[in-house]
Amino acid sequence: MTGALLEVRDLTATFNRDGVPSQVVNGISFDIAPGEAVGFVGESGCGKSVTARSIMRLAPEGSSVEWSGRILFRGQDLLALDEHAMRDVRGRRIAMVFQDPMASLNPVMTIGAQLDDMLCRHTGLSRRAARRRAVELLDLVGIRDPAHRADDYPHQFSGGMRQRVLIAIAVSCQPDLLIADEPTTALDVTVQAQILRLLMRLRRELGMALMLITHDFGVIAGMVARVYVMHGGDIVESGAVDALFAAPRHAYTRALLDAVPRIETAGRRA
Amino acid sequence: MTGAAPLLRVRDLCVTFPPRRGRPPVRAVDHVSFDIAPGQTLGLVGESGSGKTTTGRAILQLQPVTGGSVELLGRELSAMPRAELRAMRRHMQFVLQNPYSSLHPRMTVAQILAEPLTVHGSVPKPRIPERVAELMTVVGMDPTVVRRYPHEFSGGQRQRIVIARALAVNPDFVVCDEPVSALDVRTQAQIVDLLHDLQDKLHLSYLFIAHDLAIVRAVAHRVAVMYGGRIVELGDAADVYERPAHPYTRNLLDAVPIADPAKQRAKLAAPAADPDFRGRAGESGACVFGDDHGASGAPEWHEIAPGHGVSCRYWPADLMARRAT
Repeated sequence: MTGALLEVRDLTATFNRDGVPSQVVNGISFDIAPGEAVGFVGESGCGKSVTARSIMRLAPEGSSVEWSGRILFRGQDLLALDEHAMRDVRGRRIAMVFQDPMASLNPVMTIGAQLDDMLCRHTGLSRRAARRRAVELLDLVGIRDPAHRADDYPHQFSGGMRQRVLIAIAVSCQPDLLIADEPTTALDVTVQAQILRLLMRLRRELGMALMLITHDFGVIAGMVARVYVMHGGDIVESGAVDALFAAPRHAYTRALLDAVPRIETAGRRA
Repeated sequence: MTGAAPLLRVRDLCVTFPPRRGRPPVRAVDHVSFDIAPGQTLGLVGESGSGKTTTGRAILQLQPVTGGSVELLGRELSAMPRAELRAMRRHMQFVLQNPYSSLHPRMTVAQILAEPLTVHGSVPKPRIPERVAELMTVVGMDPTVVRRYPHEFSGGQRQRIVIARALAVNPDFVVCDEPVSALDVRTQAQIVDLLHDLQDKLHLSYLFIAHDLAIVRAVAHRVAVMYGGRIVELGDAADVYERPAHPYTRNLLDAVPIADPAKQRAKLAAPAADPDFRGRAGESGACVFGDDHGASGAPEWHEIAPGHGVSCRYWPADLMARRAT
């Protein structure tokens, strides 16, 4: 694909635990076009999160990861960048939202201060201008009374509001690619719907690409144009979302789709 | 609904948490009433903070109850002397959400499953290994792996062990609190199948607490919708899912993502209705219909069809208004 924003070729990720290497991503290739929404689906341990973190060159805490292959972002191989240059990409060009919003926020800093930090580091705004922008961002993600809420601490927000704050931080530097790893898994179903709508709107308004990682076919269904199905560190199937749901070709994809509980199907009768 | 005596009868159950740090007391469970028939499942749905888990814990008397009555097998549990309550515990068991934290990491599966048998003295000591092997078979696991530790099993296998432990004392009633939320979809389906099989075989009753309405649809005969500590709708699963009467129930059902790209896209594209629900104890402000529950008190209970009830002052005017549009 030409003009891809992200081109991943033969990516492997190998963990090293106590000197024993174990490969969890087995040479996968995929593309994401500018402004495109792409989904990654699979069960826990399939390598979808490691793939996402590999793009950010982040290793899970307390482990070391060896990568091979190429991750071309706007033609530049991220795996070849030094840490300093990578820091410039992370957060500014590619941003990430994780599942657990409480673990991702600093509990002893106000929300506003955490946004200010991000803005000052990446955009060179002054402290005062950064705060103005922070309030705008909180407003953008639908936080009511943003000027006052900026002085609140994470524990003063509900789970859904915290996820909105994290999204505000992630989009603060107008990244080209937003990676969302199970962004709604820890949330109530009504809040999940709100966060999904928010992600859709921001993608449209900011023109960014979205890489959405989830185990939930319901979440993926309305959000993305294309889907990659991962299993055991491999991409086992990929394609346009409508075709994949209508006629899954791989047995594993079929098994996953069949297991999805359907709210419209009758269950047991009293 | 049949005329048979319910296995579990809950009436006006209340749990109030005492005031903390100058904040007013929290009425977590507010006059909750329902029955569960033998061999049936009641699904309890609602958002986090709605009081579902506290209700489950209060029924099992793991949580001090402020008011109301809980009858299991015709016997009143609240205010029961401790020794008697302990004996009653073999009739009621608990399966929790997280199979990683609910099994002792330094005990083998054999020890984990033998513990309730020893505590309740339900099986003579020499017969315990036999019963442990039987329990493993019942939940679809290989009885030869009982010398292993919990960490050697996957999440789904661990949840099977948790279920086996709950079944060790031959209970009549099991509270399942989000039993599959931490599992992958395929594993969820397997555990749900297992719970079905066990219910049919052992004539168990479940209180199935979950925030995932699609899972509840698959397991529950009847469904109770909880909001702000109160049950706002209760009925047969088919009635509640196909003819929801409370605006909150409708809101919950509308929010469930559909695994169909065209339908789900249309749903997300529809104007975001994020109605502001009110009506928690002590909360003032208008509900979706403009009524201030804080000032006017909890709305009365309407029986809208046999076995299907709703607590909303605006029923049935609300339904008629919706039909008119």
